[in-house]
Amino acid sequence: MSEDINVDELNQRLGLLEGVENADVEQYLSFFLDNEEYAVDILRVQEIRCWEGATVIPNSPVSVKGVMNLRGTIVPVMDLRLRLGLPEQAYKPLTVVIVLKFETSDGREKISGVVVDAVADVHSISPDDIQQAPELSSNVNATFVKGLGCTESGALILLDPDTLLAI
Amino acid sequence: MKKILAVDDSASMRQMVSFTLQRAGYKVTEAKDGVEALGIAKNETFDLVLSDVNMPNMDGISLIRELRTLPEYKFVPLLMLTTESGLDKKTEGKQAGATGWIVKPFNPDQLIATLGKVLR
Amino acid sequence: MTVDLSQFYQVFFDESLEGLDAMEAELLRYSAGTQDDESINTIFRAAHSIKGGSGTFGFDSIAGFTHVLETLLDQIREGQRELTNQHIDLLLQSIDCLRDMINRLSAGDDSVPDSAAQLKAAFEAILNDENELGPEPEALQAKQILEETSSLEQLADTQTLGWKVTFVPSEDILMTGNEPLFLIQELTELGDHEVELITEHIPQWQQLKPEYCYLRWVVKLYCDCTEQQINEVFEWVADECEIKIEKLQTKSEQSIPAKHPPLTSTQPQTAMQSVTQTTDSNEQIEQTKPVVNKPAKSKQADANSIRVGIDKVDSLINMVGELVITQAMLSQLFESEMTSQTLSRMKEGLAQLEHNTRDLQESVMRIRMLPISFVFSRFPRLVRDTGQKLGKKIELVLQGESTELDKTVMEKISDPLVHLVRNAIDHGLELPEQRLAAGKPETGKVTLNSYHQGGNVVIEIIDDGKGLDPVKIKNKAIANGLISASDELSEEQVNLLIFEAGFSTAEAVSDLSGRGVGMDVVKSNIQALNGTVDVESEVGKGTTFRIRLPLTLAILDGQLVRIGQHIYIIPLVNIIESLQIDPKGVSRIGGEYDVLHLRGEYVPIVCLADVFLHKADAQSLTEGLLVVVEVDGGKVGIFVDDLLAQQQVVIKSLEANYNKVEGISGATILGDGTVSLIIDIISLVRMAGVKSMATANLVSTDVNAEGV
Repeated sequence: MSEDINVDELNQRLGLLEGVENADVEQYLSFFLDNEEYAVDILRVQEIRCWEGATVIPNSPVSVKGVMNLRGTIVPVMDLRLRLGLPEQAYKPLTVVIVLKFETSDGREKISGVVVDAVADVHSISPDDIQQAPELSSNVNATFVKGLGCTESGALILLDPDTLLAI
Repeated sequence: MKKILAVDDSASMRQMVSFTLQRAGYKVTEAKDGVEALGIAKNETFDLVLSDVNMPNMDGISLIRELRTLPEYKFVPLLMLTTESGLDKKTEGKQAGATGWIVKPFNPDQLIATLGKVLR
Repeated sequence: MTVDLSQFYQVFFDESLEGLDAMEAELLRYSAGTQDDESINTIFRAAHSIKGGSGTFGFDSIAGFTHVLETLLDQIREGQRELTNQHIDLLLQSIDCLRDMINRLSAGDDSVPDSAAQLKAAFEAILNDENELGPEPEALQAKQILEETSSLEQLADTQTLGWKVTFVPSEDILMTGNEPLFLIQELTELGDHEVELITEHIPQWQQLKPEYCYLRWVVKLYCDCTEQQINEVFEWVADECEIKIEKLQTKSEQSIPAKHPPLTSTQPQTAMQSVTQTTDSNEQIEQTKPVVNKPAKSKQADANSIRVGIDKVDSLINMVGELVITQAMLSQLFESEMTSQTLSRMKEGLAQLEHNTRDLQESVMRIRMLPISFVFSRFPRLVRDTGQKLGKKIELVLQGESTELDKTVMEKISDPLVHLVRNAIDHGLELPEQRLAAGKPETGKVTLNSYHQGGNVVIEIIDDGKGLDPVKIKNKAIANGLISASDELSEEQVNLLIFEAGFSTAEAVSDLSGRGVGMDVVKSNIQALNGTVDVESEVGKGTTFRIRLPLTLAILDGQLVRIGQHIYIIPLVNIIESLQIDPKGVSRIGGEYDVLHLRGEYVPIVCLADVFLHKADAQSLTEGLLVVVEVDGGKVGIFVDDLLAQQQVVIKSLEANYNKVEGISGATILGDGTVSLIIDIISLVRMAGVKSMATANLVSTDVNAEGV
């Protein structure tokens, strides 16, 4: 897995994915947070952007960095480290924003950006290789975790955007 | 492609008629009342005019009467859309020069089938 | 061919509702005695269109219901019957019922309101009672025809010999647009056939008129079609032409024709098409069944459509055209060599682009603008009903109905307006005898007026009733603890008290206005639209409520303000003035917040940095600026580091992807692409824990009592 993965190239790959749905294998986009590899269902990923700052929302939870302008749409941005209770880290050039689609508890579709340390890779995981998450030793909130995905390179923590982004 | 002028003050009927006729391969121009229809018909000839009877400004029967006096429309089929309650309107329409009538309510298939009487 | 009729449902619903509005308006003119010759035609046409459309689109409940209405209206239109008050009442109730039915259908619900059957029965009773023709004569006729048809079908079933049809067209048949050839073709499509052309009636060429038809036909049909089907072919020409239909009886005539039946050479088209075509007669019958489609439940229920005049769309297209030209010019300039000349032309081009953009923006906004008559039109009915209920005589005057207003604003102003009009009738206008005693005309007058003023729309609700009673209002306010007896208030200040929460001047809560909704709700609804409302009144003469609204909700004029690194927008409409604070005028109330003494008023100071927990540059009140805004009729100062530009901003939703944020009404995107949040003054002041200043100014007791 390469740390210097290119944002434009990833967006292109995302574009190619549109409409291609394979029932046997699900694809996951993985990223790093505090040296651990996490992943989300790639069909939930709308695009990946470089961190360009956000406008602070007054009196919002610490994990909400603010709102950004996504081609005319106002989109909130969340710091995933803070959301998962991991130590805060200053943003670096590799820091990216993954724009995720999610559904609120009342069934409305929204989008939100999440700030991660760096994007890692795209993995194909068959549903059989996803295990229920055991009681995690780390302090990651278990409700955000959909399961553990096994790949050749190791285990991925699969996150559920719907619970992760519900604020 | 045969050209039809469809006249009705009701937008939904006009759209339905127009959509149906276009699907059947006709070129359709719409007008919302007799006055508008007459203006259009004077500038452009049509192979058939299909008009509602009850309309503001100029009703369908007056429109047919006016059209029939125009040399370009001497032989053009002029059909009126009537309701079953307008039986006496049929006679009035025929006297004004109407070719025939289509009774509302009708469905798209009936409309196309009926046009076959005068447009082939 | 399959045509999905459901695609036309929404248009049908929209136009039917419009038709019902028109019907209602004309009926009300009748009841006011101001109808004209076209009124009954307009009413009839609306009912007629709804019936026609509902029949076509398979909404049988509506078609059946409107049928009785239409029959009655037709008789009135033809002068066979007078339009009575009873009819008007019934028709108005039917309009309500039809609206209900249409709204249910558009929500995918095909149930029928209970009132429908009653109303229909009432109409039928009218038609029956006074109509010697009997109930629904056409329905009876139709039934008879149906019975005839079926008996004929049975006949056809038993004998399959066929028919001999002799067709003698009238000589001028071509002048009616009918074409005998097509009729014969249609006839031959019924089944196996033999066609004989009779040419012996063609005159000598000297007498021959080229536009006349001298040909006759005899067609033998060897199929089990019905006489009805043959008659249908000639339906349009039956009156002028001779058509003889005989049964083919003898065995010899029944002989099956050759594959290529003998046809005259003058009809090549017929020959081509007539090659043994058999049409299934059952299929024909099936086609005459009305298509019944249930409205699609999805989407349509919340389809929020807007009908736009073609002129608005045209102007939009023009603007886009200009924009394209400007863009082309600019990109051409960009490719050419850079000289001082191209630079100045590029400057011009940019100015042009700015101009185009502004025009385009205005045109787009105009699309959302509708004449206020959309709201005003519901008042004739409301005034009539309310007046009847209260026993008051009322004349309603509508002015400035073509004044345009944003569709969203229009939808939201409707309820407050209804409340104000009800209020004017209920509390403003006197009973006829009281009016006469006061030397006024018996009939009271309520005027709704609208006009544009600056960037605002003004709506006035004027009545010539008894006016607000300042003494009564004051006493009530004292009783409610809104003011103290010692307060010195001007008459305007007293009148404004009616907008305070829980205030009601009616001695007894009436059925009409006393619905638990007070003027305070009216006021906050209007404020939520960035609007204002005030009142002018003269005892014995009447009252005027004046509402001011922004033209649109999509754009607002904003003042950009800065706190530290954060930029917020305050709507310009809220701002009274901006000033530097003179520390000598500041005092601290209850140890909670500062108040500025400004020209005889106490203005509480809300420090934006404190409310939003931002780090400000200003360390003291002298280092920043105070933006004085109006809230609930009082003043509040908002303390910021600096004022930046004033500009128009396009309002974007924060809730679309996030949540509602307290103190914030929305967001916008600034010129540099960053997001800036728009401050919701009312909510901000509430957050700051400052009490509504209208009362804070009036009441000298502890202002913190109700602080949040």
